Amino acid sequence: MMNDRAEPRIIGDLSGLPESAQGPDHLVWWGNIGFMLIEGTGFALALGAYLFLASRSAHWPPPDDPLPGLMWSGILTIGLMLSEVPNLWVKRRAAAHDAGSVRIGVVIMTVIGLVLLVVRGFEIAVLVPSWNHDAYGSMVWLLLVLHTSHILTDCGDTFVQALWLYTHEIGDDQFADVEDNADYWTFVVVAWLPLYAVVYWLPRLA
Amino acid sequence: MSAGADGVELRRAELAEAWRDPPGLWGFLVTVDHKRLAARYIVTTMFLLFLAGLLAMDMRIQLSAPGLHRMGPQLYNESFSLHGSTMLFLVSVPVMEAMALWLVPLMLGQRNMAFPRLAAFSYWLYLGGALMLWVPHALDITPDLGWFEYPPLSGPGYAPGHRVDIWAQMITFTEVAALAASVNIIATILKLRPPGMTLARMPLFLWAMLIASLMTIFALPAIMLTTSMLIADRLVATHFFSPSGGGDVLLFQHLYWFFGHPEVYIIFIPAVGFVSSIVETFSRRPIFGYPAMVLSVLAIGVLAFGLWVHHMFAVGLPRLGNDFYTAASMTIALPAGVQIFCWIATIFSGRPRMATPLLWVVGFLVTFVIGGMSGIMTASAPLDLQLTDTYFVVAHFHYVLVGGAIFPLLGAFCYWYPKATGRLMSERLGVLAFALIVGGFNIGFFPMHVLGLWGMPRRVYTYPAEMGWGPLNMLATIGSTIAVIGGLVFVANALWSYWRGERAGADPWGGHTLEWLCPSPPPSYNFDSTPTVRSITPLWEPELLAYDGIATTKRELLVTSVMEAEPIYRQNSVGPSIWPLVAAVAVSILFVGSIFTPWALVWGALPIAITLSLWFWPTRERAKTGPLRKR
Repeated sequence: MMNDRAEPRIIGDLSGLPESAQGPDHLVWWGNIGFMLIEGTGFALALGAYLFLASRSAHWPPPDDPLPGLMWSGILTIGLMLSEVPNLWVKRRAAAHDAGSVRIGVVIMTVIGLVLLVVRGFEIAVLVPSWNHDAYGSMVWLLLVLHTSHILTDCGDTFVQALWLYTHEIGDDQFADVEDNADYWTFVVVAWLPLYAVVYWLPRLA
Repeated sequence: MSAGADGVELRRAELAEAWRDPPGLWGFLVTVDHKRLAARYIVTTMFLLFLAGLLAMDMRIQLSAPGLHRMGPQLYNESFSLHGSTMLFLVSVPVMEAMALWLVPLMLGQRNMAFPRLAAFSYWLYLGGALMLWVPHALDITPDLGWFEYPPLSGPGYAPGHRVDIWAQMITFTEVAALAASVNIIATILKLRPPGMTLARMPLFLWAMLIASLMTIFALPAIMLTTSMLIADRLVATHFFSPSGGGDVLLFQHLYWFFGHPEVYIIFIPAVGFVSSIVETFSRRPIFGYPAMVLSVLAIGVLAFGLWVHHMFAVGLPRLGNDFYTAASMTIALPAGVQIFCWIATIFSGRPRMATPLLWVVGFLVTFVIGGMSGIMTASAPLDLQLTDTYFVVAHFHYVLVGGAIFPLLGAFCYWYPKATGRLMSERLGVLAFALIVGGFNIGFFPMHVLGLWGMPRRVYTYPAEMGWGPLNMLATIGSTIAVIGGLVFVANALWSYWRGERAGADPWGGHTLEWLCPSPPPSYNFDSTPTVRSITPLWEPELLAYDGIATTKRELLVTSVMEAEPIYRQNSVGPSIWPLVAAVAVSILFVGSIFTPWALVWGALPIAITLSLWFWPTRERAKTGPLRKR
């Protein structure tokens, strides 16, 4: 038992396997899902914290705080949902390994991200009350800052990806990266919907 | 030498070249070898365990007799805060991640983790967390509010200065590191299994690490959220926890324990994996009740998220809430009991060999069951109201954490030490260390149950003689001293055996999982070929089969399907890189800066973006078409 073991008997050759894959077959897809789970849990817990504080208050928002404005948040929400049209198109073109369309698509998605960041800027600019006014203000700011950081991250990521895609020959793994980045943007969009419902509509229904 | 042997040598030379690290310090900084990273992770945690042990001894000496004033209340507060925070955040969780980082690819017959650079990033960031707590301590800025720093005491009104911020941001460091490690472990276990290792043939250690890593993903965001909210309350005057602004201090406790209770199982479940591996090998039979074991680990993983309120029985929650969480807390004893019975059944129905790893399992079983019993007592809300904040609780959580996690960890060290170093540890010194540690621990901590029942509160720096707590405290100090001496014997054994131990060979224990197939210590590329698996104990099969074809001249891994582990494709595996370290430094600058100014989140993000871009920048030929093509 103390000696090295006998060499295993070779029963086949894996060198014929492809060098890349797509979607859930690809290793990196699972890493992407892992980070979405982490951030999704963060969003869910932050929403839970909002609801906890709301449940502990007699009035939510507190009587001297106005209801959150619907214009810029509405534009952003519609914009995020519409952005899924080009986003899913880029993902399909990446799956088809269409380099020309993918290069144009990631530029379009970078521009869309920047435009939505400007809209988010207006949304935050009209946000009342301030984060240091009361716990309601703190919670709303927390949720918005948390989500904005995700738009910013994905927009930056898409920009860097665009830069790389235009300067290099695209391999299978990079097409898979574009698909993963598109999935992440979908996550950013989908994560916003419950936040939007709770921040902007729950106080109106209550 | 025959032609076949020449072929093997050539293949090994090619693999060694492909998986080689640069020499010297540069190699140390850029390596992505999971074994090297795990080794430094483990050595760092052990050094911090030693520091935390020194603090514990200091506190035990302080309490050994009534009325001692060698420590004042402030120093005592700092000591238990530093001890608890170090043990929970810098030792217990990271050492389990580190063991997984070392073991998982070996148990899978693979050459590296799924994301090698993420593993390096995880270590460097963890090191940043350790420095975050201990460098300020050297500068006399030490957290002093325990390992859970509740507001309002930790809020801006009661805790000026930066002690609380250092504690809170140390957590951010270590939790990001743990999350990075967890994603890596999950992807590795799900996608890099060898052909034939279906989910139903996975060693229990891999099941344990998969579930503990999933728990990490769902639990740790809670602590990052709540400590970030605490920093915001302190830095930019938000009102999350300030009742005057409509906030609620209980929100902190809920979020903290939503993390804190699963944390106990995030530490314990990897230990279940260690114990199962040791029990199987030293009983010389497959585990009794494999499906029951897997299901019970899963059940613990789910139930652990439904118990957190039992840490808050004393805050005055609704009665129904207390009843629910009492019942839920007792429920988790059922799957834990199933595991204990399965291990005992395996040992009894096998042919047990009492080497030190199995001794540690016996020590674990006895100690952990006592800790479980006191856990059932404290799970009862009315009894908990009497026991909370007494030494009974101190006794309970040391029994479950030391007995339930550290003893299996020490057993795991003894078990896998020959694989890591190529040499066996001394059995004689091993038995001595075991006797001193387990005996000393029980002498040291059992009296604390009684002290707690007598009403001695935790976190007091001294007590008057007329309370009558002196003799048992002296006994506790004597026991702890014996355990610490045992710890020194254990370390001495590890060091002595490193140079003088008996040569181990590939499989000194007759192990059954794939890590025992490769040489001890494993070469940089781990395995010559890609082993296949036909049972949960592949090395006990009459013949071992393998596939060829994964590259030998470049770094490559086999990726398989999640359920059935069928080969899908060959994944290029990245080589050494300095960017994980540089990115960790950039992240550290942001974390440290954000204690002092919220603008650190803005200017600190830019270096992170740049370093991450360079980290992920794929190296391929320049574009031949388009406006930015190579001209």
